Amino acid sequence: MAQAQLLDKPFQEPPEHPKAWKWYDYFTFNVDHKVIGIQYLVTAFIFYLIGGLMAVAMRTELATAESDFIDPNLYNAFLTNHGTIMIFLWIVPAAIGGFGNYLVPLMVGARDMAFPRLNALAFWLNPPAGALLLGSFFFGGAQAGWTSYPPLSTITANTAQSMWILAIVFVGTSSIMGSVNFIVTIWKMKIPSMRWDQLPLFCWATLATSLLALVSTPVLAAGLILLLFDINFGTSFFKPDAGGNVVIYQHLFWFYSHPAVYLMILPIFGIMSEVIPVQARKPIFGYWAIAYSSLAICLVGLFVWVHHMFTSGTPPWMRMFFTISTLIVAVPTGVKIFSWVATLWGGKIRLNSAMLFSVGLLSMFVIGGLSGVTLGTPPVDIHVHDTYYVVAHFHYVLFGGSVFGLYAGIYHWFPKMTGRMLNEPLGITHFVLTLIGTNLTFLPMHELGLKGMPRRVAMYDPQFEAVNVICTIGAFVLAFSIIPFLINVIWSWNKGKKAGDNPWGGLSLEWTTSSPPLIENWEVLPIVTKGPYDFGMEQRAVMERKEDEEEYEYDDDEDEYEDEDDL
Amino acid sequence: MDGSVIDTAAPLGEVLSPAEEAHHEEHPDFRVLGLLVFLISESLMFGGLFVTYIFLRGLNEQWPPEGTEIELLLPTINTIILVSSSFVIHYGDVAIKNDDVKGMRKWYWITAAMGAIFLLGQAYEYLTLGYGLKTNIFSNCFYIMTGFHGLHVFIGLLLILGVLWRSRRPGHYSHQKHTGVAMAEIYWHFVDVIWIVLFALLYLLTIFG
Repeated sequence: MAQAQLLDKPFQEPPEHPKAWKWYDYFTFNVDHKVIGIQYLVTAFIFYLIGGLMAVAMRTELATAESDFIDPNLYNAFLTNHGTIMIFLWIVPAAIGGFGNYLVPLMVGARDMAFPRLNALAFWLNPPAGALLLGSFFFGGAQAGWTSYPPLSTITANTAQSMWILAIVFVGTSSIMGSVNFIVTIWKMKIPSMRWDQLPLFCWATLATSLLALVSTPVLAAGLILLLFDINFGTSFFKPDAGGNVVIYQHLFWFYSHPAVYLMILPIFGIMSEVIPVQARKPIFGYWAIAYSSLAICLVGLFVWVHHMFTSGTPPWMRMFFTISTLIVAVPTGVKIFSWVATLWGGKIRLNSAMLFSVGLLSMFVIGGLSGVTLGTPPVDIHVHDTYYVVAHFHYVLFGGSVFGLYAGIYHWFPKMTGRMLNEPLGITHFVLTLIGTNLTFLPMHELGLKGMPRRVAMYDPQFEAVNVICTIGAFVLAFSIIPFLINVIWSWNKGKKAGDNPWGGLSLEWTTSSPPLIENWEVLPIVTKGPYDFGMEQRAVMERKEDEEEYEYDDDEDEYEDEDDL
Repeated sequence: MDGSVIDTAAPLGEVLSPAEEAHHEEHPDFRVLGLLVFLISESLMFGGLFVTYIFLRGLNEQWPPEGTEIELLLPTINTIILVSSSFVIHYGDVAIKNDDVKGMRKWYWITAAMGAIFLLGQAYEYLTLGYGLKTNIFSNCFYIMTGFHGLHVFIGLLLILGVLWRSRRPGHYSHQKHTGVAMAEIYWHFVDVIWIVLFALLYLLTIFG
């Protein structure tokens, strides 16, 4: 229709647009990718606070062996919802929904995502999912942990469990919609002047994440639908006494939920690959290595799920295959880590909050990654299965990894999103408290796990008490670490120093527009003339040319000498 | 077109040239691509169900358990109807590419009728089988898988009816502009392919396997 009109009228005024959105636009079904990105980020952060409070309540209960702060049923409900909220309503939506939506169109030079309305719909599936999870507390709360293994999930608080399932189906649908959108946007809407090797690494990471979510999420949906029928409609897929099998659920669950780990960390790796070169003012080391390793993680990540089931009666050949594949995932991850370290090497590093969180992530993630390698081997895994060692491992990866990365991203792109800088002293306070809190909370848990303290229980043997006290103190430090951050964000958003278009001197396309960007991102689309990480390339080119010339001169001299020798 | 920001900002220069306008490819619209990507996802959802079924079949010695007999005649007729409807809907797509809205409407109506017959046949099968969802593990799988597929056929039917509804407006679809028509067709083919796998797993392998 629009085309037919255009044909009739050779020239048409471009449609009038408001210059910027009003505050209330952020509470509506807005189709602008930047609005949706901020909606995702803010909503996710609210859920982060809720999930965090649940964690603090649980740690208070666990502070001493005799503590009776919350009753066991509520403890179980907190346990389930803490895990679920942190994964499905905080890290995944913040990383891929928030940063992905905000940055991908800006980075590829598009005016919006490929399907703006689908995008808005995907976001608006999240608040009802959260409401279902929190509402489940009125029905006793889902008690079966975030994995919701049957038979436990089919015999406890059924209404609450069904609400939990629906919530996950909602966020899963949202995730699939988002993935379709990201894949088509990156694939088709990259501006023609941008070569594939000029695509920012965050977009590569988003592409890999989306592919992974696209193929793994529906399998979880299938498993959850079967579970829903088992709970509510009398089927027996997961009831062994009627011909069903509980291990099938575990396969369906982990086929999604192990890749979900990469859904949580791949976009964060993307954030790292943007923050580190810009804040170190140095070209990224190994562009293709980082881009391909994202895709490699995405591929290998689909074949590792059984390492969660080494104790579920898995046959030895399966253990062997999945041990090897699990250990192989560590390779592309290591490639990334080394590339970032190599990028830092000799860089002109700005040690600001974004950089501190990035470096913090590197060290925390290495600890989590190494304990992951130990857990990937059956002998260790069988020994520490369902103990605090596992809790320590995945909190190092997910808190020390993903959450640190999200913070780094917020400190890095806050100026772009709001037009104002965050306060550095507050940011550094936030970082120091977070770093201390993380290690104080989760490092001692390795010890607890190796000694055999089981996870998921409200009561424990008094021999573990001393270490638990340390963990609880750490949890409170972590809880307080949010305060400087909150003050910082709220204050800076209103009164912070004006940022300007490009406060860090970044070279990817999002820095070429105003801060905050216009509604359609650019008045005139930019043209890509150099890669996103070509810091100081001209200077280097000049230097290299000079060196070449010098060498040439030197060669000449040598020739002369040789000539003399000949004489 | 779709009220999206992208469409309003479509590059003016490209659309202006009447020579280019004649080209079929000259209206970049990613909806078909988006649907294809989405269908990858959908097929994995069915994949999850298929794998569960194969697992359960392997775990249970007697398959199907006593008291659950599979009828073959009606489902075979149903399969023939559904598979041939894929060819019928394709003629509709060919028609619209030749600017033949009338022909497209004809073929889409026939497809819709065939889809409806398939669903009615399935409902009849449910009523006459003599066992329900809860009877045993096989019937669990049978009803979930066929029911879930039936739901997809129903959605496909709605898409086709939506196309028919929209095609009443003159000029709504043409050889240049038929994304909706193409999407309904692609979805219908997808539903068909899934049914072929499902039919093989649930009916053929149960009886002859």
